[in-house]
Amino acid sequence: MTPNPTAKHQGKTGASPSVARRKFLNGIAAAAGTGCLLNLAAFMVARPASANPAQALRPPGALDEPAFLSACVRCGLCVRGCPYDTLKLAPFGGAAVAGTPMFTARDVPCEMCEDIPCVKVCPTGALKHDLKDISDARMGLAVLSDHETCLNFLGLRCDVCYRVCPVIDKAITLESIHNPRSDRHAMLLPTVHSEFCTGCGKCEKSCVLPVAAIKVMPIKLAQGKLPAHYRKGWEEKEKHGSSLIGDQVQMPVRGMEDKAFGDSRLNDTGKVGAAPGGLNSGWKP
Amino acid sequence: MRLAQEAIEKKGWLGAHRWLILRRISQLTVLVLFLSGPWFGVWLAKGNLASSVFLDVLPLTDPYVFLQTLAAGFLPASSALIGAGIVVAFYFLIGGRVYCAWVCPVNVITDLAAWARRRLGIKGGRVPDANSRYWILGGSLLAAAVSGSLVWELVNPVTIIQRSLIFGLSGSLTIVLAIFAYDFLIASRGWCGHLCPMGAFYGLLGHAALWRVSAAKRAACNDCMDCFTVCPEPQVIRPALKKAGQESPLILDRDCTACGRCVDVCGKQVFTFTHRFDQRSDS
Repeated sequence: MTPNPTAKHQGKTGASPSVARRKFLNGIAAAAGTGCLLNLAAFMVARPASANPAQALRPPGALDEPAFLSACVRCGLCVRGCPYDTLKLAPFGGAAVAGTPMFTARDVPCEMCEDIPCVKVCPTGALKHDLKDISDARMGLAVLSDHETCLNFLGLRCDVCYRVCPVIDKAITLESIHNPRSDRHAMLLPTVHSEFCTGCGKCEKSCVLPVAAIKVMPIKLAQGKLPAHYRKGWEEKEKHGSSLIGDQVQMPVRGMEDKAFGDSRLNDTGKVGAAPGGLNSGWKP
Repeated sequence: MRLAQEAIEKKGWLGAHRWLILRRISQLTVLVLFLSGPWFGVWLAKGNLASSVFLDVLPLTDPYVFLQTLAAGFLPASSALIGAGIVVAFYFLIGGRVYCAWVCPVNVITDLAAWARRRLGIKGGRVPDANSRYWILGGSLLAAAVSGSLVWELVNPVTIIQRSLIFGLSGSLTIVLAIFAYDFLIASRGWCGHLCPMGAFYGLLGHAALWRVSAAKRAACNDCMDCFTVCPEPQVIRPALKKAGQESPLILDRDCTACGRCVDVCGKQVFTFTHRFDQRSDS
């Protein structure tokens, strides 16, 4: 008989070759089955976790979520490196991938340390070591998600999110627009600019409402994307130095020649219940 | 007769539990190194056993977790690479599964389950094939490669329990209870001895390690079976003790965790810790 894998078993058990072979193969099959089952279970757990909950933000310099999940060993060194108790490890059984670092802006936002200690201590580079300037960090993107409760949208001058923004006047600006409700005031709307927003979460933390009207969300969730072929006329004009299609003839809006130019809310039909609006609506305080 | 009765009579209770106590101290010390920082402000080790920095100088990274990141298609930075190299060198030289018996916190749970099982005389259950751990080890790396994510780390009780203890996270109690219940009710020494891929990895890593148990006085063995009863991997003893397939008195099987319980419980002092090249034997 030629040597075969069951030979060792025969010596041990003293059973006949066929019984030993069956035992051996059964063992292999059971082991393989157990291995597959356990890993399949892990896979099932992994699937829902691949979508990070919206309010769990990654530390500065974190790789894109899929790459991050391949690189982060869940050691918590960034948590220990953080001097402000901002970063936490996600608990087992929570919505975020267990053991990975995250922070909740409304609880403790990122203080944007200049020396970025959390990134420095990351042993694997799941937090990119080439992040040298914290203002280049993109932990998320602030979104003024609720225009119905934001006090500035209601016409007040709260401005707190704007004031606390570490990148004030760049990441958040106040855009002045006409307040149609009073018709004589301005509304200063906090406006986030993705070019500068680091997603630190100071705005969300300091929103004075019981539930923040401005929230930091993962960029993927917050940001839209223009089709690749879109060009903005005003940008092209600036690049080119003048309009690409030459000067255009300016035409008045028909029927509005002596009215407030372009005010579509203006209603001069005299119908009952028409909303007041526009410069000559006749409204007095 | 009670387990280790002769050993306790001859060596005293402490002497008959010497290595067990030392192991518990070792396991506790590892945790205290990490917890002295958050508890007392004395920072000795930061991070956890997946990756850590000792005294802000020495980087250490678990090679199995490191291997998973490689399998997931990511080459970690130099600090993790150096850390993994140091840990690999240590366990390669000292003993792979020394990790299981002297460092891993799960060992406390499974030892407790084995003790309870023995004391309550629970027999039976369904023990998986001991090779399952290698399939799970391979499967975990394959799953990482396919998914591009550390899939096993989502369920790995070893790292989850360490992390939970060190960072004070809740939610791992279910895992602790599950492991205990499995080892206690379903499979004797089921997790550490049959399923854990981390143990399998460290076993493979330390297959040529230096620190070994030797049945140097095997002629004195009176077949009381105490060592087989307490050993978490009983199959490793026979070749050395009974010359089954080898002449050497050394326990050379890679599954041996160097826990030293056999040294403790033997009333005839058959076993002793020694190095790999010590072939002294009384028979």
